[in-house]
Amino acid sequence: MSEKQVPIIAFNQVDLSFGDTHVLNNVDLEIEAGKFYTLLGPSGSGKSTILKLISGQLTADSGDISFEGQRVNDVPAEKRKVNTVFQNYALFPNMNVFDNVAFGPTLKGMNKTEIKNKVKEMLNLVKLSDFVDREIDELSGGQQQRVAIARALANDPEVLLLDEPLSALDYNLRKSMQYELREIQQRLGITFVFVTHDQEEALAMSDWIFVMNDGVIQQNGSPEDIYDEPINHFVADFIGESNIVDGIMKEDYVVHFVGKDFENVDAGMRPNERVEVVLRPEDLDLTSIENGKLVVTIEDQSFRGDYYEITARDDDGNEWQVQATNSAIIGARVGLTFDPEDIHIMRFNESEDDFDARLESYEDDDEI
Amino acid sequence: MRVWKVMRTMMKSKQQRQIFYIVPYGIWLLLFVVAPLILMLFQSFTTASGHFTFSNYAAYFGSGTYLRMTFNSVWYAFLITVITLVISYPTAYLLNQLKQKQFWLLLVILPTWINLLLKTYAFIGLLSKTGTVNNFISLWGIAPQQLLFSDWSFLLVAAYIEIPFMILPIFNSLAEIDSRLSQASHDLGANKWQTLRYVIFPLSMPGVKAGIQAVFIPSLSLFMITRLIGGNRVITLGTAIEEHFLVTQNWQIGSTIGVVLIAAMIATMLLTRDRTRKNLRK
Repeated sequence: MSEKQVPIIAFNQVDLSFGDTHVLNNVDLEIEAGKFYTLLGPSGSGKSTILKLISGQLTADSGDISFEGQRVNDVPAEKRKVNTVFQNYALFPNMNVFDNVAFGPTLKGMNKTEIKNKVKEMLNLVKLSDFVDREIDELSGGQQQRVAIARALANDPEVLLLDEPLSALDYNLRKSMQYELREIQQRLGITFVFVTHDQEEALAMSDWIFVMNDGVIQQNGSPEDIYDEPINHFVADFIGESNIVDGIMKEDYVVHFVGKDFENVDAGMRPNERVEVVLRPEDLDLTSIENGKLVVTIEDQSFRGDYYEITARDDDGNEWQVQATNSAIIGARVGLTFDPEDIHIMRFNESEDDFDARLESYEDDDEI
Repeated sequence: MRVWKVMRTMMKSKQQRQIFYIVPYGIWLLLFVVAPLILMLFQSFTTASGHFTFSNYAAYFGSGTYLRMTFNSVWYAFLITVITLVISYPTAYLLNQLKQKQFWLLLVILPTWINLLLKTYAFIGLLSKTGTVNNFISLWGIAPQQLLFSDWSFLLVAAYIEIPFMILPIFNSLAEIDSRLSQASHDLGANKWQTLRYVIFPLSMPGVKAGIQAVFIPSLSLFMITRLIGGNRVITLGTAIEEHFLVTQNWQIGSTIGVVLIAAMIATMLLTRDRTRKNLRK
């Protein structure tokens, strides 16, 4: 964000409660034009609430929400330049496909030819051109989904909000819709803000992810950043599979866990600071006991198609998840090995800003 | 094959048991609905001495008085329906927005638990020359006014009595509309009025039609209110039937008017039938 253009959407200390429930806790966020954003979190984390605040369905208790630099807290939903694809599609059952998609353009006062062209264009975009005259209840869930997308895009929004739009679709359809949505976003070049609880979906589609929990943005970054450098236990656990153990950062580049010192690539912490150590299952390899950095006993394994999911336990009682290409023998004692850069260290209660600052401090050291 | 046989006998016995359940109501229907209808139809086609004839219908359709009466019935029923609809739709819409909607709805329904005649007599007390309304306006020295036995007092009382029957179905159909649809409508740029017009109102049509049926059809045959409040200035088909059966004892013409009235009711039902595609298919 060095070029410092005005973000298309910005939240400044936005707070919202429903009765006793604090759904959003002083949220700050910035969304740049033309990118695919995902709000990722478990249900009740506040991700849909953010969407509803952007669309104007909800009003914040305090804080500022701005659109292209203008405060829009008090602008009603119908006057905002954003449109929503609702979770259950919310198509108008009294209208057919054409009338649903034409709803926005008609209200805008376009003439008949313009409306016709717009509807045609939008239905082409979502590959439903043959369904113009269908009634809504004649469509499958996937087709209704496409109509909902076409209807929202027919208003030429600058930001399209998608509230868990794929959650009701079956696995294969969901996969193909992920690609299509991404393609549509890139073709139109507008901003998408996508809400999901599915971390795979988020990683596959997004330019930028906000990970939410308990009404707080836990971490935001590119999918790679969030996967490789989770900032806390929640993010590490929520995004992908993780082995998380307690450890002590003895000094820069040396971490102590499960009774041994290991070389790693993290620095910038206090000597002997208590930390959490994350090792991803796919970064662990099974090897002989002599070559292993850790010695574990295989407890369980299951075949996952392209890999084996292996559960092992070390002598301290920590459980280790390993993804291996070859099967193992249950009950066997084997070695576990990994590279220094596979070890990811998380400090307790480190904020994103502190994390970034620390990262910069010692990465600069490296360059010198 | 054996399984099939067993299933068939099971289904048969189940059907038989189901038939058993409708026996009580079936008897009721036969005695008090089907039989009277047949009798009425029969009488409308016979003379006083029991010979088959079309003369009752000829008399009915040849008489300006009866036709005017028919027109009057339809016209007043139409007015009553329009008045109740105009009052009830906004009320039902508002009720739906309220927090304690079930409570407010109960207040709307409450008057229907009170006997129709009692309510009608209460209005006599209100509207008569020495009644509450005249007492009140006498404060300005403009009393007494002739309020009873006028067209508008008839419409007022009829509408008052019918309003709950219009509000209830409209309220129910509004309550069934997914609130996310109006959110979607706002999201797409519609203001409150446009949302009401293009989304909410069309989706509440089944309730409006049900309300029209519930008000228009009974209004066709109102007769006690016409007498007590309208002072028989308004003669409807209901009044005419009562007169023929109880006063002139001309059951043949009375039955004929009854058949015409039933035909009008069936026509109303057909016109306000829920013809949305969805219901036809299901």
